[in-house]
Amino acid sequence: MEKIKSAAQLQEIRKQAQIKLALREKSNTLTSAETCGLSVGTQKMQILVCGGTGCKASASHTLASNLQEALSNRNLEDDVKVITTGCFGFCEKGPIVKIIPDNTFYVQVKPEDAEEIVREHIINSRKVGRLLYKNPETDEPVSDSKHMNFYKKQMRIALRNCGFIDPENIEEYIARDGYEALAQCLTTKQPAEVINEIKLSGLRGRGGGGFPTGLKWEFASKYQADQKYVVCNADEGDPGAFMDRSIMEGDPNSIIEAMAICGYSIGASIGLVYIRAEYPLAIQRLQTAIRQAEQLGLLGDHILGTEFHFSIRIRYGAGAFVCGEETALIHSMEGQRGEPTIKPPFPAESGYLGKPTNVNNVETLANIPVILTRGANWFNQIGTERSKGTKVFALAGKINNVGLIEVPMGTTLREVIYEIGGGIKNGKKFKAVQTGGPSGGCLTEQHLDTPIDFDNLLAAGSMMGSGGMIVMDEDDCMVSVAKFYLDFTVEESCGKCTPCRIGNKRLYELLDKISQGKGTLEDLTTLKNLSRVIKDTALCGLGQTSPNPVLSTLDNFHDEYVAHVVDKKCPAGKCKSLLTYYIHPELCMGCTLCARNCPVDAIVGERKEVHFINTSKCIKCGSCLEKCKFSAISVK
Amino acid sequence: MEQMIKLQIDRHTIEVAQGTTLLSAAQSAGINIPTLCHLDMKDMCIKNAPASCRVCVVEIQGRKNLAPACATRCENGMIVHTSSPRVMNARKTVVELILSDHPNDCLICAKSGKCELQNLAARMNIREMPFAGGATSSHKSEHSVSIVRNMDKCIYCRRCESMCNDIQTVGALAAVNRGFAATISPAFGKALRDSECTYCGQCVAVCPVGALTEVDNSNRLLADLADPSKIVIVQTAPAVRAALGEEFGLPAGTSVTGKMVAALRELGFYKVFDTDFAADLTIMEEGTELLNRLNRFLQGAPDVCMPILTSCCPAWVNFFEHQFPDLLNIPSTARSPQQMFGSIAKNYWAEKMHIRREDLIVVSIMPCLAKKYECSREEFKTNGDPDVNYSLSTRELATLIKRANIDFHALRDSDFDSPLGESTGAGVIFGATGGVMEAALRTAYEIHTGKTLEKVEFENVRGWEGIRKASVNLNGFELKIGIAHGLGNARKLLEEIRRGTCEYHAIEIMACPGGCIGGGGQPLHHGNPELLHARTRALYEEDRKKPIRKSHENPYIQKLYEEYLGKPMSEKAHRLLHTHYFNKNIIPTN
Repeated sequence: MEKIKSAAQLQEIRKQAQIKLALREKSNTLTSAETCGLSVGTQKMQILVCGGTGCKASASHTLASNLQEALSNRNLEDDVKVITTGCFGFCEKGPIVKIIPDNTFYVQVKPEDAEEIVREHIINSRKVGRLLYKNPETDEPVSDSKHMNFYKKQMRIALRNCGFIDPENIEEYIARDGYEALAQCLTTKQPAEVINEIKLSGLRGRGGGGFPTGLKWEFASKYQADQKYVVCNADEGDPGAFMDRSIMEGDPNSIIEAMAICGYSIGASIGLVYIRAEYPLAIQRLQTAIRQAEQLGLLGDHILGTEFHFSIRIRYGAGAFVCGEETALIHSMEGQRGEPTIKPPFPAESGYLGKPTNVNNVETLANIPVILTRGANWFNQIGTERSKGTKVFALAGKINNVGLIEVPMGTTLREVIYEIGGGIKNGKKFKAVQTGGPSGGCLTEQHLDTPIDFDNLLAAGSMMGSGGMIVMDEDDCMVSVAKFYLDFTVEESCGKCTPCRIGNKRLYELLDKISQGKGTLEDLTTLKNLSRVIKDTALCGLGQTSPNPVLSTLDNFHDEYVAHVVDKKCPAGKCKSLLTYYIHPELCMGCTLCARNCPVDAIVGERKEVHFINTSKCIKCGSCLEKCKFSAISVK
Repeated sequence: MEQMIKLQIDRHTIEVAQGTTLLSAAQSAGINIPTLCHLDMKDMCIKNAPASCRVCVVEIQGRKNLAPACATRCENGMIVHTSSPRVMNARKTVVELILSDHPNDCLICAKSGKCELQNLAARMNIREMPFAGGATSSHKSEHSVSIVRNMDKCIYCRRCESMCNDIQTVGALAAVNRGFAATISPAFGKALRDSECTYCGQCVAVCPVGALTEVDNSNRLLADLADPSKIVIVQTAPAVRAALGEEFGLPAGTSVTGKMVAALRELGFYKVFDTDFAADLTIMEEGTELLNRLNRFLQGAPDVCMPILTSCCPAWVNFFEHQFPDLLNIPSTARSPQQMFGSIAKNYWAEKMHIRREDLIVVSIMPCLAKKYECSREEFKTNGDPDVNYSLSTRELATLIKRANIDFHALRDSDFDSPLGESTGAGVIFGATGGVMEAALRTAYEIHTGKTLEKVEFENVRGWEGIRKASVNLNGFELKIGIAHGLGNARKLLEEIRRGTCEYHAIEIMACPGGCIGGGGQPLHHGNPELLHARTRALYEEDRKKPIRKSHENPYIQKLYEEYLGKPMSEKAHRLLHTHYFNKNIIPTN
């Protein structure tokens, strides 16, 4: 590859690349279900195979090579291309295969399905019905992605290229206006103009804090130094959140372009990506993208023939949650212990190696190039008053469509859970939705119509965080949920400050005591006071938000806590210590199956006579309940 | 003109310079915000400011969270509440949290009565053990030859870590693990003796609780004193007398030499001698070595390297053995005063008194914890018997005096015994940074030039700057002197030597900030630099009052050379008073 020496030259390359991508672009605009295949006269087809970490774990790479082989065997490789893309977001049903141009969306595809897909769909124009996604409500197969509720309400800006382009081919990124924003900045805009545009767009940090990105850039631009740094925070750590990983795996060039733009704006020539080493695929895709960008001269010296120089290096994190906090992240990059320091000074003044540093999260950066090519005024029309654009959420828990979604700010929780998410699994009743990961809180039925944005979530007692969203049903115990998150923060606290190091441990112990039925009403008061003190006194964002799961469940599910401490009952039936297994004498047939399966011989009774459970011996393992054929055993 | 900041703290409107922390601003208004991890001894450049214990939190109007007063800078128009109910509740809860992960054994803790956490708990009026039944973190404890680490007591203030890394640049102690399991440890959970630890004891000097203490030799001493077959003699280092009084409530800087000697007699020592005598001896040897090396250097001898570095400080010796093994030929080979004393006592004096070596126990009272290690070094033993059997710190001596029912205040001054108790003012000032160099100059000047000094004080080598330099005219030759205290400053000079950019001929190095008066075995300063200043003043005052102020004029030193050693750097002197160094580097180099 030869280096691109000017914006005009980039434009030339784009035109060529767009020709190659035309088939896919066209399919993107289709809205009707079309039958398609070579037998009905389609000339060219493409098979997109998800190459994200989730699908790869289910052998999507073998699937891709099997598809390739099936095509080669029929000499179709020139007309039908297999393309490995980034994540489609529909991870629950992976591996995903999407056929272009008809948008047929196959789910849970196995490597051995390759032959059938090629034979039936590609050649004979017959969709493989058994692989189609089925609407969870109607159980009817859905013909293509355009008819899936999962995608209908989504608006993909940060994820615009994920599941669409080949992340290891920079030309496909360029075809989709990639590096156009950088070219425009370098040739037609002053750094201050770029910053103004970002400010005007209203973009706020997607890593959790929600700080206005343009303002952050402005601070970093104002400090003078011989060297400044742009840092991409790719230390995604919220349990269950994987949007940053997906973006890096599916569209690494958008991060590279955004970092270069930031470098131009604040006056930095070095970019650092701090990424956790447990993301090997993201690292590999990023490395490939950096190499290709360097080969094309989109990174390095005299980018696009200008006086702007920018290079990117990758730094590996060991996966400590606290290293997502920007000062801790910087210390970790410096080779110091990954723990936060008090702000001010902010990294904009004194960051990496004491130099002005701007730290942005992956998803934030992914928004930058589009904002600049389409304009701040396009972006700030999307979203709510104070939260502009879209947000990516990792939808998980007791919900039908688990996966990665992107919706405009202001979408309600109800829309996300019931429309995109396809409602609660197994027809159970919705109980709560946890947003914001370990720093967030649990929201209830009454919050379902709240438009999601930074401020509304905060006001409701939770937070946006990096976009984790876990849906819970009636079987989830809120004390256990709080305990789960505290277990996480206890584990992930760096230990530097007292409230986080010891306070969270004590919160966990109190919750544990309550879940064992040993709690008192006084413990609830202690829990609340301690939570507030930790929030009030902890050094960094981790500690200041770690009691949120406790406080929000205490506020929204107070009765459930009272049931644990006063009635010694767990209404959701989750807290083992509070359960009693019971045999209904009128239903017991005396078959002895339960007694034979009890691992601790807690069930007594003669053959053909009513059995009893010795509760002092019972370890509440549930195997009797599971085995009983007469539904004679219940748990209270 | 410095910009001033106006703010309101509680009921006071105050004006402070820009950059002032809320903690100092409050202090200036007479508001004493409690702290725990914070340590800031400004002119000693000792600072620990992690803002992590959160005891000093205050409420700033308009801010969402409470802020640590120690690390929050004053801003114009701030309204700060240091004792609102919200603050008081948070602060008490934070202390309760610390207590909940701290052993409940104050009654038998070495720090009892001097513990900053104990004081804080009393101040917070905590009347029941909070969060009872909660887990307590359990960490490895260990005894080294000098320092005891009782890590279950550690409150993770990180002061020791700051001292060891930022101030001393030793790098033996650092935070390991995370969350509730976080603790301080040598790398890879090794023992101190397998680390780069120099035993300087500065970690012990700043530990607010009983996590870091000295190895207590007082029971061993009591047993020896009670053994009729043993003759137990003692030597006391110069810095001890300037600080011991603090342990008995006397103002800092009170020189208690006479009472100290009397107390040691009360304890039952056979003789009470003075390390200052050995300090004078050190000057004879080290001063002579300096002049010899200098002469040969000036004559162009190829195997001679300059500068010469003092070697009286055992932590400093450990430091260069570990960290600068390529420079082992630079320091003077003279043993430290403690070891010169031991050698002379067990050879010259024992012979003279017809005491068998095996019956003689030499004990030292030192401001230092590294001395405990130093006397255990193999090269200072004869047939396994150490020249100095063991060493006690100033603090251990104070405890022993109290335990032996001695009313320190009522003691009548007593004099050191002869001959090893006779010393000059030069020996006394060994205890302060610059003192060894000043003492050496007094002698070297007179010996080299043959002239008598009109003024014995070399005030240009005194002071508190981390690295000081001076020059002295020796018959037209400009002798360039460097002085460093604190191992971090020593490192800077050693790196200059390594680079070949060092311009000095002689350098004095003391491991502890302020020299021995700030040693790891001294009464705890609790972050108050004024104590160290006062101790230094006491030493210079003691020097001023001495009839003889130059080591070479000490008649007993002269007699020692006449009767026994011959002359400085003689073969016998070499055998008894000099040493050699070892490469102790444990970090693989590329």
